[in-house]
Amino acid sequence: MKFIDEYRQGDLASKLADQIERLTPQPLKVMEVCGGHTHTIFKYGIEDLLPRNIEMIHGPGCPVCVIPLGRVDDAIFIAQQPNVIFTTFGDAMRVPGSKTSLLDAKASGADVRMVYSPLDALKIAKKNPDKQVVFLGLGFETTAPSSAMTILQAHKERVGNFSVFCNHITIIPALKAMLDSPDLRLDGFVGPGHVSTVIGTRCYDFVPRDYGKPIVVTGFEPLDILQSVFMIVKQIVEGRAEVENQYARVVNRDGNKRALDALFEVFEPRDYFEWRGLGSIAHSGMRLRTKYSAFDAELKFSVPGLRIADPKACQCGEILKGVKKPWECKVFGTACTPETPIGSCMVSSEGACAAYYNFGRLSKVAERSSAAPMV
Amino acid sequence: MSKVLSPTPLFERVEKARRRKRRFRDTQITLAHGSGGRAMHELIEGLFLEYLRNPLLEKLEDQAVFEIGLTHGGTTGLGNFAQPKARVAFTTDSYVVDPIFFPGGDIGKLAINGTVNDLAMSGARPLYLSAGFILEEGFSIEDLKRILSSMRDAAAEAGVAVVTGDTKVVQKGSVDKIFINTSGVGVIESPVHLSASCAQVGDKVILSGTLGDHGTTIMIARGELELETDIESDTAPLNALVQDMLDEAGSAGAFGSLHCLRDPTRGGAATTLNEIALSSEVCIEIDEILVPVREEAKGACEILGLDPLYVANEGKLIAIVSADVAERLVARMRQNVYGSEACIIGMVKEQPAGIVAMQTGFGGTRIVDMLVGEQLPRIC
Repeated sequence: MKFIDEYRQGDLASKLADQIERLTPQPLKVMEVCGGHTHTIFKYGIEDLLPRNIEMIHGPGCPVCVIPLGRVDDAIFIAQQPNVIFTTFGDAMRVPGSKTSLLDAKASGADVRMVYSPLDALKIAKKNPDKQVVFLGLGFETTAPSSAMTILQAHKERVGNFSVFCNHITIIPALKAMLDSPDLRLDGFVGPGHVSTVIGTRCYDFVPRDYGKPIVVTGFEPLDILQSVFMIVKQIVEGRAEVENQYARVVNRDGNKRALDALFEVFEPRDYFEWRGLGSIAHSGMRLRTKYSAFDAELKFSVPGLRIADPKACQCGEILKGVKKPWECKVFGTACTPETPIGSCMVSSEGACAAYYNFGRLSKVAERSSAAPMV
Repeated sequence: MSKVLSPTPLFERVEKARRRKRRFRDTQITLAHGSGGRAMHELIEGLFLEYLRNPLLEKLEDQAVFEIGLTHGGTTGLGNFAQPKARVAFTTDSYVVDPIFFPGGDIGKLAINGTVNDLAMSGARPLYLSAGFILEEGFSIEDLKRILSSMRDAAAEAGVAVVTGDTKVVQKGSVDKIFINTSGVGVIESPVHLSASCAQVGDKVILSGTLGDHGTTIMIARGELELETDIESDTAPLNALVQDMLDEAGSAGAFGSLHCLRDPTRGGAATTLNEIALSSEVCIEIDEILVPVREEAKGACEILGLDPLYVANEGKLIAIVSADVAERLVARMRQNVYGSEACIIGMVKEQPAGIVAMQTGFGGTRIVDMLVGEQLPRIC
């Protein structure tokens, strides 16, 4: 396929992998923050190509994986209210709450519909003026602008029966929280790609400045990721720590002004937002500003808003921080599988555990890990 | 594809859990139970089989194969072609596709071809079909005529006759426009024993053409995405193609070299290959760059966040055959219009048993597992 296959060439990949190997024998841990990168790494078997001293740590950048149980319960609560059409991206359908999922709620009679864009949800609202149509806003700065634009549109057209259950989150506070975490040992970051198309690369300056770690904003094709790892390792070998942009074909330094303006107009930061496995992170969540409160499903439906602790067996937090590998979790692949997920990392194909379970069980990395004694 | 895949302790532990027969504990049906993936397998094995178990059903093939004849002294038999014993294939399938008309076909064509193909995959010559219609109050007669005429054309092409049927009309909202069920019988005239459990180490995996055409066509035809492509459903009768393969194997005196034929419909090629790997206790290793996918389908899947390996096909077959006849069969298949892009996409290995592995075009290896739930598009 044109403009895609160019980024998936196996011969270039092995050359690049050789170059990475020649740079250093030093063991290095590199985290890809974004779930999209995790998916690519496993789908193409990139870890098989990397030299053994380079270890990829799969970070918290999958929005489906970090939505806490209580918020899923709230979403199901709204979906079960009479006269409600609840709309969501497909990924969120299977995410387990404390008891059920949206998919179960749908089977029990709730009107839950999968949409590809919040604008589709707005269309449904206009077609069904006698129903309340709620959109589950989920994701980082990648998807948040489309929620914001839709709310602006609904505001302009005075669509009174549309609202958003906002779970949008922002990457920078999460990245800071990770870097501040005492048990974290990382040498560099594969920076988010899609998020950076919106927020630009400037906002990552604190990573090398305050923490001395290189970060390379990266595209989602397999060659993008290999090149990015090369760039990170090169920085480390040369004693540099900088923000570099591998994804320059899409991302610029200042981001997308229109999208940022829409975000700022509609949303404001919450004091705290809970991340599954990571706990509460200050200013990491977005909520609707008072001006748009008519479109805030949280106010419209007085959701229970209970905090629910993660299941005890679940080690998602350690896995999201890269402290533990998916297969080091006691329930990985036995009690916790993609069809019966206990932890959120097993739900979305971008979660480290699901990606590893689905694609990676036979990789060299697994062989390496199993050379060490199993717990 | 020379890389040796060795099972690790971790792998064994997960595999043990993966094979464990789970009690069916769901309390209600969700859409995942119908998607052709693992949830549906659990429903069938954990519930249907528990209640309706018998030696024929237990095989869980796409069709039942049994012998019928006059030897038991009764008056039953198969009329003109009755021999002392005839091997008969019998199958059924229901069609609920939405939309009912789509590029490349409609629900009627699908209903004929689907059942013809399920029969053909046992090596049978499909003969007679039944058709049951469940119609929604208010359904347009014009549309019904259109569907019936394409059923007539499809039956003619496949050389089968619809010889019995049933009609029910239900209140508006009880079904969506029209649902069709077809059942079919056919006779197996060649000495072949095709089964998902017959794959052998060293066998080659043949695919009759491109993957993902039907599923992507339907996704796009739903119109939710406002995409426009030239892609069409691949719905087609495969009985003539199977007959060509049987003839070729027969002329080589190698009926025994044909081990398994399956049409990868719901759940796609990935699910079909997993079923074969599990029931034959072998590893199937495919090579990504050998798997043909049309550019349009590739593009649509890329946008929809789908993997062509998991997308439904309605006119393709996967054959597991001895390595020594594989090239010959492929050459013969390519002479048939429905096998013109046939190719070998992989081979059967011993270890790790029950697993489908893929050499990625990028140079890595990954597992191609059975579909879990519906293949839902990713959001970012």
